[in-house]
Amino acid sequence: MTKEEIKSVLMEIVAQIIPDEDLTNLKGDIPIREQVELDSMDFLDIIMELRKRYGIEVPEDDYMQLATIDSSVAYLEPRMRDL
Amino acid sequence: MDYDVLIIGAGMSGLAAGIRLAYYDKRVCIIEKHYRVGGLNSFYNRGGRKFDVGLHAMTNYVPKGVKLTPLPKLLRQLKLKAEDFALCPQRMSAIKFPDKTLRFNNDLDFFVQEVVDNFPAQADNFQRLLKTIFKYDELNLYAKPISAREVVGSIISDPLLIDMVFCPLMFYGNAQENDIEFGQFVIMFKGIYCEGFARPQAGVRQILDVLVRKYRGCGGELKTRCAVTSIQAANGRVESMLLENGEVLTADKILSSAGYVETMRLLSNYDPTGIEDKAGQLSMVEFITVLDKQPAEMGHETTIIFYNNSDRFDYRKPDELVNVSSGVICCPNNFQYENPLPEGMIRITNLANFDLWNRLNEEEYKAQKAAWLGASLNEVVKLIPDFRDSIVFTDVFTPKTIHRFTGHINGAVYGTPNKTKMGITHLENLFICGTDQGFMGIVGAMLSGISMANLHVLQKA
Repeated sequence: MTKEEIKSVLMEIVAQIIPDEDLTNLKGDIPIREQVELDSMDFLDIIMELRKRYGIEVPEDDYMQLATIDSSVAYLEPRMRDL
Repeated sequence: MDYDVLIIGAGMSGLAAGIRLAYYDKRVCIIEKHYRVGGLNSFYNRGGRKFDVGLHAMTNYVPKGVKLTPLPKLLRQLKLKAEDFALCPQRMSAIKFPDKTLRFNNDLDFFVQEVVDNFPAQADNFQRLLKTIFKYDELNLYAKPISAREVVGSIISDPLLIDMVFCPLMFYGNAQENDIEFGQFVIMFKGIYCEGFARPQAGVRQILDVLVRKYRGCGGELKTRCAVTSIQAANGRVESMLLENGEVLTADKILSSAGYVETMRLLSNYDPTGIEDKAGQLSMVEFITVLDKQPAEMGHETTIIFYNNSDRFDYRKPDELVNVSSGVICCPNNFQYENPLPEGMIRITNLANFDLWNRLNEEEYKAQKAAWLGASLNEVVKLIPDFRDSIVFTDVFTPKTIHRFTGHINGAVYGTPNKTKMGITHLENLFICGTDQGFMGIVGAMLSGISMANLHVLQKA
């Protein structure tokens, strides 16, 4: 997957987890949780969806790396490059 | 069979935990000893009628679109829609004490005005209490338990107002006698006064049907009529679980909603030292009456009344079989349904003594049920229109019934007062969820299952 594809997958996952939030103006470099109502339980579901769909394991220590869309893409790119 | 996770008990918490785990592809199996799911919040049929056990109303109701409160959080976590539970909000509830009545609906401002009108000298103090409540993080699993009597008593100076505010919170989710842990107080306060009551027209089975369908749809396995006989542990870990039918199951992790002491008792090398005295004591009796008319036709339009007819509100195990001087009067008809329920119904809940009920032989048991039904009705008709001539059917469930449905020692409705917030035990792969973990109420129970499944299974890759 390309970075663009990874980003669109992420956006799709976030939209699925918080269906009642407007994501059109979501900025890539600001923590997602500062922009929309997404609590720690919702955040966990982003990690879980990545595991469920692509078999990607994100250890608890790395959760912080997924704070923004941009940092998530950077973190996931080497792990999703060959998918 | 080998699973990722085994869950003991298909009540609200077990089912919610199961949905989370099955949705995220864990091989999960729920073991339920009854033929029906629900545990404390279940249902039964008698005389061609459907009755709920447990649930009077779901707390934490918020209209669709409200975010960040427990109900929408749990719907998100369970991948359910707000419509799935088909909740209909209450009309009006009340707290009735000898000289005062405080009414409340699902609008906090209305309740605050009631407090101000009835306790004008406490108006500022009540605002301070609200501030304290709103800034407290009640879901912090690491918080040290503190006494709500102490916290609230340092803010509100009228003991009557304190008792009145505490009364519904006690009856709807407190395992401790005469006090509540403050975090628990905040959870219940928000769930009842800030958010509010609602009920599906079809009662608790609506909620259970949705949960079971979702769980099975995610690939979860459910074994009913299947009790756990014992849990084998060695080297600080659960190794296997023996079922009544002789089957032996193994799993990486076990989540038990059976209660803390109740779960410990299942261990094959159980050591009761320091554990048995943790069992809860508070149990209840419920008198269910079916009426030949809608209660509103008799002038009874209140949804739920929390009452106390004595000088001091005493929330503890009574010295008699039942304490009728305080209790809850629930009218399932008085919710905002699209169509009225087919028959009128009034349910009365009072505190009861498990040991005394348990001691009775079959004949005495029957006679005492009838006698205390009469005593309880005498008490409640002081508060609502006398409906005794309209009763066409009655049923009573006692602490023994609760014991049978939930397996809780002493028929303790809300389990042990010593909650295990983190859900951990001395065994590294055995965790507690549900009543004894500590989020109470139906929404609380589901959140308990969700948070324990998240914390101990999903977050650990």
